[in-house]
This record gives sequence, C-alpha cells and structure tokens, in this order.
Amino acid sequence: MTASQPDVLLEVRDLVKHFPLRRSIREIVRGERPAVRAVDGVSFFVRRGEILGLVGESGCGKTTTGRVLLRLEEPTSGEIIFDGQDITKLSREEMRRLRRRMQIVFQDPYDSMNPNLDVFRIVAEPLRIQGLAKSHEEMEERVARALADVELTPVEEFMHRYPRELSGGQRQRVAIARALVLEPDFIVADEPVSMLDVSIRGGILKILQRLVRERGLSLLFITHDLSLARHFCDRIAVMYLGKIVEQGASDALVHRPHHPYTQALMEAVLSTDPRQKRIYTGLAGEIPNPANPPSGCRLHPRCPLASDRCRTETPPLVEHAPGHWAACHFVEKALERLAAAEAASPAEEPAG
Amino acid sequence: MAQLVVENLKMYYHTRNGQVRAVDDISFTLEAGRALGVVGESGCGKSSLGLTLLRLLPSNGRVVGGSVRLGSDELMAMEEEAFRKGVRWKRLAMVFQGAMNALNPVLTVGSQIAEAILAHEKATKEEAVERAKKLLEMVGINPARYSHYPHEFSGGMKQRAVIAMALACNPEVVIADEPTTALDVMVQAQVLKAISDLRQRLGLSMILVSHDLSVVAQTCDDVAVMYAGKIVEYGPVEEVLVNPKHPYTQGLTQAFPDIRAERAPIVSIPGTPPNLLSPPSGCRFHPRCPLADARCAAEEPVLEEKGAPGHRVACHYVSKSGEVAEVKFA
Repeated sequence: MTASQPDVLLEVRDLVKHFPLRRSIREIVRGERPAVRAVDGVSFFVRRGEILGLVGESGCGKTTTGRVLLRLEEPTSGEIIFDGQDITKLSREEMRRLRRRMQIVFQDPYDSMNPNLDVFRIVAEPLRIQGLAKSHEEMEERVARALADVELTPVEEFMHRYPRELSGGQRQRVAIARALVLEPDFIVADEPVSMLDVSIRGGILKILQRLVRERGLSLLFITHDLSLARHFCDRIAVMYLGKIVEQGASDALVHRPHHPYTQALMEAVLSTDPRQKRIYTGLAGEIPNPANPPSGCRLHPRCPLASDRCRTETPPLVEHAPGHWAACHFVEKALERLAAAEAASPAEEPAG
Repeated sequence: MAQLVVENLKMYYHTRNGQVRAVDDISFTLEAGRALGVVGESGCGKSSLGLTLLRLLPSNGRVVGGSVRLGSDELMAMEEEAFRKGVRWKRLAMVFQGAMNALNPVLTVGSQIAEAILAHEKATKEEAVERAKKLLEMVGINPARYSHYPHEFSGGMKQRAVIAMALACNPEVVIADEPTTALDVMVQAQVLKAISDLRQRLGLSMILVSHDLSVVAQTCDDVAVMYAGKIVEYGPVEEVLVNPKHPYTQGLTQAFPDIRAERAPIVSIPGTPPNLLSPPSGCRFHPRCPLADARCAAEEPVLEEKGAPGHRVACHYVSKSGEVAEVKFA
C-alpha cells in the first residue's frame, strides 16, 4: 500500500518487530532464531488532521506497533516515514529532538506518572527535556495552556496537586496535557479510555476530537473496542496476529467489512438493544501463539472460507474499493457470505 | 414465584472518615428462573450488593438495615454457621470478578471443582470427580480436560471453569460479578453463550453485575440501574434500555452507542460520580443532571412505578403516567 500524498503525515511500510526468545540447544544447533513476531509486516498511513483507529484483540500487536512508531521499541525492519523522513534511520539525538512532534498517551493513568511529582512538574517535564522553555514564566504559561486545553480548570487549582489526589479521568487529562505541551503534530493514544467509566470517557474523547479538529493534529487511536473506534475514528485499521487485515473508512468498514476476521469481530460485538437478542460466538478456536503463527493467511485455521491457497500463500493488502484495503484471497466470497447473512436477518434497525 | 426478595437493604462500610453508604436502601425481587442485570459505574455499590447478599463482607462492612429473603428464609438474620452450611454456595453462589485469575496454579482445574463439591456435600471422591466432569461439559469444556492445569486453559475456558465451580452444589441463584470484563469480544461472547445455555437448561436464577449495558441487554430479563448506592431505575430490559426514563439511564444509553447505529457524536455525562462518604442531598444525581432544580437538591425521589407495568423510576421529572423529560447529553 502506498499513499505518498501531501496530506499524509505518517506512513509505515512493512514494519516488523520481533522479540527474540531464548534459544534451546536444538535451535542453536539448527541455527533457528525463535521470536515472538509481535508486528510482522505492517503498512498503513495517517493523514494530517485525522483519527486512525488501530483495532484488534489482546496480543495482536497493536500496542507494540504504537511504541515502535515512536521508537520506544526499535523496529526489526521496515520504514516509518514521518513528514517525508524515514525516522528509523535517525540517531538517538535526532530522534530525541523529533519526539517534540510525536507523543504518546498510555493506557493506565495510574501507572504512567511519577507519584512524587505534582501536576505542574509532570506536564513541564517534556519542556525541560526538550529545553523548550526559556524561563520559568514561559514554562508556567505553557503548562497552564496545556491544562486549559484538557479542561483541567481552574488551572491554578490543579497545577500543584499530586496524582493521588486526582481521579482516573483527571489523571488521563494530565497525561494528555503532558503530550500536548510540546505542541506535537502526531499523538499515539494507547487505549486511553479503557480504564475509565463510560460517563467519564466521553469527556476525554471529546478533548482529543477537538484537538484534532482545531489544530489539525493526527491521532493514532489504539483500542480493542471496535464499537468505540467506529464512532470515534475517521478510518480504522484492523490487526490480527501481527498483521493488518483490513483498513478503510469507519463507516465503510463497519457496514461492509471485507475480511472474514473483521466480519467476525463485528458480529461478536453485542447489541445494546435488548429486542435483538443474539450472541454470536465468533470464530472457532483461539488466537494462535505469535511465536509460531500459522503459515499463509494467519486466520486460516479459524476461517470458515479457508482453502489450500490460504494455507500456503499470504494474502497481500489489496485495495478493493477506493480507500478500502483487505488482505484476503476470497474477498468476493466473504462479501457474498455477508450479504447472505444480512438477508437472513432482515433490516437491522439502528438502536437508540 | 419470587426467589429472592430484597427489601430496604442498607450496607455501610465504616471507615476512619465516616460511613460509606455503598448499598443504601435497595429493594428488588428476583423471580425464579429470571436474570437480573445490575448496571452502574465504578463505586456505585453494585459489587458491594453482591457481597452483601452472600454475606462475604470485609470486617468494616455492616448491614445496617433491611432484609433479604431466599424462599422463606431470612438471610441477614441467620446464624453464620447455618448460613455457611445451608445457604452459601449451596443455594446462593457467586462468580467473583477476576475469579479466573484466582484458580490455584498447582492444582488441576477439575480437582478444584471436585474440591468445592466435597467441601459442601457428603459425596465420595468418585462422585465428586464424576460431577466435576459433568459440570465442565455443561460449560462447553471437554471433560477430558479435567486433569489439565489452569495455565493450559485459555482465558475464556478459565472463566467458564469458574462458572462451573459456582454451579458445583446446584445453587438456586447465581450472582456473577463482571463475568466477562477483560475478555476479548469473541471470548466474551463464548462465555455469555455458555451462561445463557446454562440458565435455560437448569432454570437458574441469576444476578449479573456489569458496567456494560450491552452484556445486560443480551443476557438479562430485568435490569436495575444503580447510581451512588441507590437503584434509580428498574424494570424489564426491553423497557428500561429501550425507553430509559431516568436522566442517568438516558445518559448511559447515549454514551453506549450501538455499533450498527449511524456514526454519532461522542456523549459524556458532566461531572464525576459522588463520594459515598457524603453523598449529595436529595436526588444523588442532581449535581450532574441537566434537569435538576431546587426540589431535586432537597427532596429524594422515590423509586416507583411510572407508566409501563414493572418500570420503576426515581426521578421528580418523570410524571406518574411515565411522561419523560428527554435529556440530551452532549
């Protein structure tokens, strides 16, 4: 997949991240190098001012992908082109300077900040590391602006509180302020609301959405929740066992999923409408071990459409409709199956 | 037939800073064979409610009022010895949140189920093993896996094994606290399917505690919406989740858009849930409610039937005939 258009801020080509495992004597003798293939040839792009959702089940490699993008983990191979520059080739020092433009918000707001620092020092730390504030006054001003951006107001009241004095939602706002204070162009948000209650998470999502719309920020939103991705993201990329299996606009992906895995993922999401009682148990079996993934298409042991070709030949990501990519040898069949299933359960009325 | 009748139940935690009113004057009836979902956010008292029913409270948690009747027995007044021998696990069982991670790693899964049977019933070892295998089969696990260890089970299988364990003594009522939280969607569906099948086969009554409206919508007959230690809305799921009347329930349903619905703007409820050490006066939701007025701050609304049969709401803004003020959260 190539998309070297001017509106693309970040493009990832064939990204690989393997975590080597300890080798047994036999493996040493045979010259084998066992590894957990967490990210195994992933390609996608993020446009300026858009939210891309990276969706998948636990262990699919979505978090590792996010970390590798910022080189918090070194990629095994592949290219990460940020604003026209392949950042995998940058030195540590160059990378450190570039991080001003690329930031991350972690999942657990209880685990991702130093409990001994107050909010001011937590948010000011990136400024200090980057040497961006010339004076204490400037630092204070920029921290205050970031806190106002995440609606932690009155700002003076929050500046000198400690993480333990904040609720989960407030901590996550501090984490976003810390990412924002450098005025980055790109933010990776790794499950930023999965530990928060529903009534709270909306507030966080709206802040992120506003920042994207108003400032043209680009956001990679990593989540296990397809339902949330569908309503929050402009486009969605679906990952399975270290590979992207489908990518497209949120609406198109949800209404017309091309890949059997996306179709199953969609079906397994429970409806909030009690009048449509239906629990679909998805694909047979469990996600295989990423240290020893299946040959060919990684879904083939669980896929209802799998044939011999799927066992031997890895399907590439192919553009089947404008902006809609899927990696499956039998997209036509998968779509027929989808149409048949929809015909069988007439007109699913949108709930609510 | 009413299986479990809870009336005006109050359970407070006593702390150095005062009383935490986690379960505050709660009443509901669980009919035989039905499933009641209890939904609410962290700290609303939904898990405490389950622990109270099973009398498994930490030492600072005290039942300060109300009654719980199982059949004709009053549970809260019973001697601990009698409760332990005759009620807990035998008639009233619980699947705890995160229980699948509490399986003993050095014992086989099957033997842990058999042990639960032997601890509560006069059965021979062989009988217990037989029954444990049957229980595994009931939750869709091959009985041949009786002698496998927890690490050989996937997350979904462990969770189903824990459910099988709760059923070890053929209880009348099972309380499941967040039985699918932290599971991936497909695994969650498998576990919920197993629960639904069991309910049909065994005619179990169930209380399912969850923060997830869709889980309750798909598995329960009735739902109680809890907020700050109280039930604010109660009734059949088709009523409460389709025509929510309480502003809080309206907010919850708006914050949980259906995946198949048109792309909708993100919704949030302003403010944060209250501290139960000193809950707000009047209606506990009033500081966050767009409709709130002076009356809401002063006078606590009563949970009463309004409009549709069995649909009870505690809100001053819902009329006797069930007329609702529609609240749009943004």
